[in-house]
Amino acid sequence: MIAIVDYKAGNLTSVGRALEHLGHRCEITDRPDRVRSADRVILPGVGAAGATMDNLRALGLDQCLRRDIAAAGKPFLGICIGIQVLLDSSAEDDARCLGIVDGHVERFPASVDGRPLKVPQIGWNRVRQTRTHPLFDGVPDATHFYFVNSYFPVCKDPGVVIGACDYGVPFTAAIAQANVIATQFHLEKSGAAGLRMLDNFCRMKF
Amino acid sequence: MLAKRIIPCLDVRDGKVTKGIKFVENVDIGDPVAMARYYYEQGADEIVFYDITASNERRGIMLDVVRAVAREIFIPFSVGGGLRTLEDMRAVLLAGAEKVSIDSGAVRNPEIITQGAKAFGSQCIVLSMQVKMTGKRQQVPSGYEVIIDGGRTPTGRDAIDWSREGASRGAGEICVNSIDRDGTKDGYELELTRAISDAVGVPVIASGGAGEPAHLRDAFTRGGADAAIVASIVHYGEYPIPELKRYLRGAGVEIREAVNIEERSTL
Repeated sequence: MIAIVDYKAGNLTSVGRALEHLGHRCEITDRPDRVRSADRVILPGVGAAGATMDNLRALGLDQCLRRDIAAAGKPFLGICIGIQVLLDSSAEDDARCLGIVDGHVERFPASVDGRPLKVPQIGWNRVRQTRTHPLFDGVPDATHFYFVNSYFPVCKDPGVVIGACDYGVPFTAAIAQANVIATQFHLEKSGAAGLRMLDNFCRMKF
Repeated sequence: MLAKRIIPCLDVRDGKVTKGIKFVENVDIGDPVAMARYYYEQGADEIVFYDITASNERRGIMLDVVRAVAREIFIPFSVGGGLRTLEDMRAVLLAGAEKVSIDSGAVRNPEIITQGAKAFGSQCIVLSMQVKMTGKRQQVPSGYEVIIDGGRTPTGRDAIDWSREGASRGAGEICVNSIDRDGTKDGYELELTRAISDAVGVPVIASGGAGEPAHLRDAFTRGGADAAIVASIVHYGEYPIPELKRYLRGAGVEIREAVNIEERSTL
């Protein structure tokens, strides 16, 4: 069973539908005990960092994700806001985040070389696979994925970065730190390539 | 670099795709779910549905369509047409749409943009507008006027000004449909598209007038659009999406290459 963490925001049902389509059983839950007993855990969604962290804390899910999932070696996948809250802090709402991965979250600049940058980034962008990783199994390098983000992760250890992207500025699009995996782009909205990566995560051995 | 998006548009009435979509192998052309699936497989970057159901009692049918589409396609899709309240928007998003498109309802009650962005996030809210060149004057300095109610009611609102207000109220994207060009196949209204693209800091979607691949190129380059709506140019099978994409790539436009990855059998 795969637990999709419900933190009262974001579009959870789309990840659930994608997993069902792939034939994986999942449960949308906001209960730490259900998250703890799952085989794999996905933290999806869109939303603001501050509200997401407030909701995770109120539900007791912050401790659960840090201690019982990340530190316990259970397969974890964060998507979109789910990658950002893994870091120590976010410029969005000045939020203190989960601190599972060393680093912070920055906002895209309003302009690059004097030219305005449209923020949020909305649409398909190429992800360069900077490291071979089973998450990318069967997915060609530089495939386009669907992004919706105003903020992006900056990791202290470049060794955890597995996917890179460029939106006016270069930024980290996917990370892997042992059992903790995350993408800034929406796997559930990225067509066949996104489905393949979700499927890869669901089959991955750690 | 972000790819320019090609977005097929399907008009749906009482749960059926309406305007004459010909062609297509083994696809029930009246069935919005089958059509969405077809365009998804063809490499559409997004799909938009406009619900043109006239009677309120039959609006629930669209939600069933949205739910069914959401089970079949795994790219973003938006739904517009007749959305007036926060509850209308919530229902469509919960049914599985990525975005809602608001039009006349937003002109009548601009606060709905603000409320929608606050409740669901800007990325969910597309402000769509029907625009007609009615002549420059004090109230409409650009000459481009917003028209509502399916092209029937002039508003006296300047389209450039309205797009600015929409973006500042929290619309995540602006979709600009030129009534003058709609159905003409003469190309998108480039001047209008460029003016709005320059006026707002959010993505702009060009709509109305595509008749050949070069029109999309022009919308993306001269018009500064981030995405383009296509209707009859793809519905009649004249230019399938892969062909449009090949052309645009050849013209130097950054376009998403849809990868062909076989799905594995389930565990």
